[in-house]
Amino acid sequence: MSSETIQDPIISVHGIRNQFGDHVVHKDVSLDVKRGEIIGIVGGSGTGKSVLLRTIIGLIKPAAGYVRVFGEELSTLSETKRSEIERRWGVLFQDGALFSSLTVAENIQVPLKEHTRINKKLMDELASLKIRLVGLAHEAALKYPGELSGGMRKRAGLARALALDPEILFLDEPTAGLDPIGAARFDILVKQLQETLGLTVFLVTHDLDTLHAVCDRIAVLAEGEVLVVGTMKDMLQFDHPWVREYFTGPRARAANLDE
Amino acid sequence: MASAIAHFEISENDQEVTISFLGRWVVSCLGDADQRIRAIDCSHEKAIRLDVSSIDQLDTAGAWVIYRFHRRLSEGGMGIGITGAEAHFQTLFDVVAEHEEHVQKIPPHKHPLREMFERTGRQVERNYQDLYNSVGFFGMSLTTFLRGVVDPRRFRAVSFVHHLEHAGFDAVTIIFTVSFLVGAVIAYMGGELLKEFGAEVLTVDLIAYSVLREFGVLLAAIMIAGRSGSAFTAQIGSMKANEEIDAMRTLGLNPVELLVVPRVLALVVAMPILTFIADVAGIFGGALISLFSLDVSPAMFVETLENEIELRHFLTGLVKAPVFAVLIGVIGCYQGMRVADTAESIGEHTTRSVVQAIFAVIVADALFAMFFQEIGF
Repeated sequence: MSSETIQDPIISVHGIRNQFGDHVVHKDVSLDVKRGEIIGIVGGSGTGKSVLLRTIIGLIKPAAGYVRVFGEELSTLSETKRSEIERRWGVLFQDGALFSSLTVAENIQVPLKEHTRINKKLMDELASLKIRLVGLAHEAALKYPGELSGGMRKRAGLARALALDPEILFLDEPTAGLDPIGAARFDILVKQLQETLGLTVFLVTHDLDTLHAVCDRIAVLAEGEVLVVGTMKDMLQFDHPWVREYFTGPRARAANLDE
Repeated sequence: MASAIAHFEISENDQEVTISFLGRWVVSCLGDADQRIRAIDCSHEKAIRLDVSSIDQLDTAGAWVIYRFHRRLSEGGMGIGITGAEAHFQTLFDVVAEHEEHVQKIPPHKHPLREMFERTGRQVERNYQDLYNSVGFFGMSLTTFLRGVVDPRRFRAVSFVHHLEHAGFDAVTIIFTVSFLVGAVIAYMGGELLKEFGAEVLTVDLIAYSVLREFGVLLAAIMIAGRSGSAFTAQIGSMKANEEIDAMRTLGLNPVELLVVPRVLALVVAMPILTFIADVAGIFGGALISLFSLDVSPAMFVETLENEIELRHFLTGLVKAPVFAVLIGVIGCYQGMRVADTAESIGEHTTRSVVQAIFAVIVADALFAMFFQEIGF
């Protein structure tokens, strides 16, 4: 482990600016994520939630500002150092982003083959274990991504993200496109994994139920910056037209019915 | 960090053997720890205790390896258990234990040889299906076209002109160049050979005969199959994958009328023109080589051409052009319609489209050759 301490934020985003041509997505985004929490990022369409996620994991280079993960600024690191950091997080893309020419088991083994020296037998066992861990049936191991339903693909994608036992899990709209039952199950799964594996989860979502069910804190992206960060309770009290409409609108009330 | 790699020490006292696990038992540091654990001889007479209190770091992979060893010991009646696990480690052991019985062997892939035969069989079956369905698709396109003839309002002029430009006009340069080069090569190779018999002048006949009857139209067809047949498949295929074709149907539009007929028709019109261009380019290339390496002057070349080559050779080549155009267009569009909703599928069908179109063109060309031979044309 590096020099970081438990109290330091595991992800620290400071003064990020992102623009595509004339279109400014992020003016000045700053956000700290604490170790072990589940943070949900919400915001209207086009406010750059996914862009923020992609900036943190280094797929997009910000025009200004810096991102620190595990206390290290990624853009300043050497290739090898960076790769070491990257192995400490797992990413679930929107539709799983599984490699379509490989079976689910082979997909999970890709990072294992690339980054570890363990033998084939153990690799098979670990793939099988991860498949069980994300709630897929064993039969899914030999299937190709094209043969799976959307929900199964997401679970398989999650299993691949968990292959190297990461410390941080990035989820991009994990429940989008799932039916309510599937989505609720996925929420429970994320929560369980976070508790048992001690993960920090960075979650981009539109789903109010997910926010209710799993998030410790919520960050609202609007107008090119982080409008507010806090618990669900803070959100309900925050006075901003978009935030009020989002968290107390008709769909929000429906999500609150059970409380 | 080499010292932190997963390892273990075995100690022994009067009652029991203790295996202490040390270092980082995480997936990146396991190395061959798994093999070494498997190799431990469990046939001790004493009970074995697994001590995990000195582990620096543990994840599911490390927990799995240790837990599985623990199970092996328990089955042999040797294990006392895993001791010294702090709360966080215990959770991991619990998770692993919960899923242990469901962890199964992942069956290996089928034998490569068997897979090869299986794939060949599937391919044959699929090619047969493709042939059968293409004929049906051709019939459907034809009836849709004829409906357009009866009711000209159904004819999509804008789309037709667009494809005429892209498949026809834009291909002129490449077809001219390729045919020019092939004409030159024929002149060069043929000329060398005929020179030995002192019959250089026959080179003109050789060039004109082969370019007009075969090479002009074949080269044009092969280039068009590669350029436009593949483009048709990719265009229609991506629309299919994006459910646009389904959307058309629900809006009461006929995708064959909208997409297929204008494309095939554009090729049917473009191909004879491109064939003519290819003929000219090939003969031009041949004439140029004849001039420089065989000393056949352009005047003599043209004279021989006029006197000895009948118009029918040119017509023989030209008449094949629209037939090839239909083959390429129908196969390209048909493969586009077969695309499933994955990005991979578009690539696969584009390849099939080009291969099948070129194959069909060459088979048709062989049939034409036999036919013309028989009727002595």
